[in-house]
Amino acid sequence: MDYIGEHLLPGQLGHFFVVLSLVASLVATFAYFKSTLSKQTADSGYWKKLARYAFIIEAISVFAIFAILFYIIHSHLFEYHYAWKHSSLSLEFKYMLACFWEGQEGSFLLWSFWHCILGLVLIKTTKQWEGPVMTVVSFAQFCLATMIAGIYFFGEKLGSNPFTLLRDSGVLDNAPALHVNFDISQSLRPDYMSTIKDGNDLNPLLQNYWMVIHPPVLFLGFASTLVPFAFIIAGLWTKKFAEVLKPALPWSLFSLAVLGVGIMMGAKWAYESLTFGGYWAWDPVENASLVPWLILVAGVHTLLIYKHSGHSLRSTYLFLILSFIFVLYSTFLTRSGILGEASVHAFTDLGMNGQLYLLLYVFTWLPAFLTATTFNQRLSTGITGIVLLLASNFINAPAIAFLTILAGLGFLIYQIQKQVPTINKEESGNSREFWMFIGSLVFFLSAMVIISKTSLPVINKIFNVKLAAPEDEEMAYNQIQIFVAIIIGVLTAITQYLKYKSTTGQAFWKKIWLPTAISVVLASLVLAFGNINYDKHGAGYLGAIWLAVACSVYAIVANAAYIWLGMKGNLKLSGGSISHFGFGLVLLGILLSSAKKEILSYNTSGIAIDFGTESKEKAGENLTLVKGLPMKMGKFDVSYLGDSAHPKKQQWYYKINFKSRTDDEEFTLEPNAFVNYKGNEGLMANPDSRHYWDHDVFTYISALPNPEKNQDTATFKSNNVKVGDSIFYSKGYLVLEKLATKDNMPFKGFQPGDKATVASLKIHSFNKTSYTSEPLLINQKGNLIGLPDTIMSESLIVKINNVAEDGARADIGVKESSAILEYVTLKAYKFPFINTLWLGIIITAIGILISMVRRIQVNKLRAES
Amino acid sequence: MKKIHIVLLVLVAAAIAVLISFLKTATTYDTVDTAVSKPGTFVHLMARLDKSQPVEYDALKDPNYLAFTAVDTLGKSVKVIYHNPKPENFEISERLVLKGKYADGIFDCQSIQTKCPSKYKDDMKAAQNNIQKSETKSEY
Repeated sequence: MDYIGEHLLPGQLGHFFVVLSLVASLVATFAYFKSTLSKQTADSGYWKKLARYAFIIEAISVFAIFAILFYIIHSHLFEYHYAWKHSSLSLEFKYMLACFWEGQEGSFLLWSFWHCILGLVLIKTTKQWEGPVMTVVSFAQFCLATMIAGIYFFGEKLGSNPFTLLRDSGVLDNAPALHVNFDISQSLRPDYMSTIKDGNDLNPLLQNYWMVIHPPVLFLGFASTLVPFAFIIAGLWTKKFAEVLKPALPWSLFSLAVLGVGIMMGAKWAYESLTFGGYWAWDPVENASLVPWLILVAGVHTLLIYKHSGHSLRSTYLFLILSFIFVLYSTFLTRSGILGEASVHAFTDLGMNGQLYLLLYVFTWLPAFLTATTFNQRLSTGITGIVLLLASNFINAPAIAFLTILAGLGFLIYQIQKQVPTINKEESGNSREFWMFIGSLVFFLSAMVIISKTSLPVINKIFNVKLAAPEDEEMAYNQIQIFVAIIIGVLTAITQYLKYKSTTGQAFWKKIWLPTAISVVLASLVLAFGNINYDKHGAGYLGAIWLAVACSVYAIVANAAYIWLGMKGNLKLSGGSISHFGFGLVLLGILLSSAKKEILSYNTSGIAIDFGTESKEKAGENLTLVKGLPMKMGKFDVSYLGDSAHPKKQQWYYKINFKSRTDDEEFTLEPNAFVNYKGNEGLMANPDSRHYWDHDVFTYISALPNPEKNQDTATFKSNNVKVGDSIFYSKGYLVLEKLATKDNMPFKGFQPGDKATVASLKIHSFNKTSYTSEPLLINQKGNLIGLPDTIMSESLIVKINNVAEDGARADIGVKESSAILEYVTLKAYKFPFINTLWLGIIITAIGILISMVRRIQVNKLRAES
Repeated sequence: MKKIHIVLLVLVAAAIAVLISFLKTATTYDTVDTAVSKPGTFVHLMARLDKSQPVEYDALKDPNYLAFTAVDTLGKSVKVIYHNPKPENFEISERLVLKGKYADGIFDCQSIQTKCPSKYKDDMKAAQNNIQKSETKSEY
């Protein structure tokens, strides 16, 4: 059947390139594999040439898929499920990319895109390593291509195709209006497209500029961990264990910088766009990206140890392999839906769990397969791998699936143990490598502890238990990682002052005494005047925080000093010190911003009731602001000025004015919220913050009146009073001051003979403000028309029901209504020293990149000489 | 034995100890009955909002007080108090993960996670909404 209004060409073209990229990457893998195995130069050269063509075709295909999918989103072709699901007509251009990678398919594409770029760079630069390294890269590309293939393979659906049409996606199947004769068993109406006017739009929380930039950087980080992994596999495969580390080092540094920045951009997004009141919540999705980075830190440091002392070759191999394996494990965790209850923002399940598991499985067994020393061994490893895979497929027990992955890793570790040479001589306790290794180990174990805790849902599956996170989940992480911070802080500070192999005590103390002394003074000052008194978890934990603050100050000072004391101010050589200096700032920023975070909107419950400071009434963290009525919040008087709407969306901006009582500081923040947006209920809030050099004031809307539900159900209470009497209401009382009757009123339709009565009421609110109100009653020849008066900030409506003949008494109706009130409920925080964290991250990344450039130069010089 | 091996052993032992103590602090997913049977214990109560009962929230009276009734899949219900505003999608959520403790007839909740209906149903609903919208538009 032909449907009206569909544009099928882009999708067909897109799917063609999807299949082409799948085939081309498979060809590239095989050809690179053959070129590596081949002993003859000519033969090897032939395969290599073929492989290069295949890889370039694969890269072009991926770029084409990327461009076509973007075209579909940009042209609002809602006949495609992806565009319909993730974008809308009102989506701003800048967020079109953000919605591109909102879905699983788009983010796999992004990943694949970076592999292509990295692969092309590797083809250009790696020379003799091209064969083995690109075998691994091409194979990874093949695996990613299957994720978006959307083809059927032995009855199993392989991947999810981004070019699926809306009518094929199942979404419309149960909508009778779209089917012929309104019968869902019939086919779709030919003109069904005329009813698909708009898409579902990008999740409002992702409509933030960080979502345009954070995913590309993060995925470049993920993608780049493949390169060190590929080099290590190349080393194991070609048995040139040491040589391969030279090109692997700058790549590892690149990955470290990019992945680190990518993760923290996500943290910045969470800080600016989410409302949990911070930048890090130990959510599984965050942890899953942090863990590969921590392992990579360990791997880079052991690599440096090896370069300078010959130790730690095996651990370098292990760490660089695991860092990539954990990227895959993270992918499994966050995309399979296994996290379920445990994570707030994992991807939704696309029914690809099996395939994601397979990805992880293949990459644990592939190294073991390639590493085998003889053909027979390789064959038996391959067969074992396949048999175990089939076993875990047919025996439907998660424990088996898990054990088979472990078996693959076990094989690999066995091969590393057996083949990779090691030095038997012991490191001396006063050598740099000894302490660097301990630091690496701490990083690695910290990563293992974090990922184990994060894997609770996996543990539940494997052991068939139902464990849930502890009561205070963040504390469960923090109480351990604080000690990691202490150890790493000290090691970062002192280790550079030690020399490789061995250090004489005299030389060490001669240099380190000055930075140590400065640190002691600075740390004491910070602790003495910093008011760090986070006592929620007791004195012991506060002590640990103090110690960690001192250690991070030490790391900052010692590394800044080392640039001069050790490197004579040569910044090009000081990449390590610069990045460690930045890392010290990161630690300090994390500690200060978390320990000194203040909730400004702390308030006793209710807006009108002040319980006083000694009250035991449970204080809440949210505060309700009635329009125009300032409330005390910390040193500020805060008032809600008004709101404005987004021109196209159900999004409102709320003007919240902060005015200091102690100085003339005054500013207005505009947190916004999406209300009942596209099938969601309630509000999705975006915070706004005011930045100072030393702190941020951060606020977001946590509740709004619901116009539908807050219908005015209150009634007027009548009070028969005479002049001078009081009428009470919940938040104060009114006094009837005067009743005046007039014969003339400037009203249209007010005729001679009509009478108007004006009641002057004084309203005394318990919060010590008073208002006047003048409701009217017009008597048109016995016909009474009341004109009520509203006192907004007190949510009062007053009217005159009747006036006594003598004009001294009146029946006054008083109504208290919440429906007339305009108010917002908000939460506000003060984050001190958050900028220290962001600055630290930038400096760390710059330092790492300086080291990378330096290592590339050294490698070039070596190659030339 | 090398020094480094001793350090390795100590650190690995520490990591294992940390993980074991973590497992000990781990809590459980519970139904209303099991949560009520252990008052004062922190649990993850899996339930949904009982829409036949009133939801009490008035930001003007107290922005930090939400009271409602939760009912689990077995049909048992419990009154819940939460000291925060309503989380998003609270009323359409198919399932609520309520983290807190039961005591004296009331489940005192520290945090609420709302779980939306599965994505496909969501899509369907959104599709229907869009369709309805466009149909009402075309009537004008």
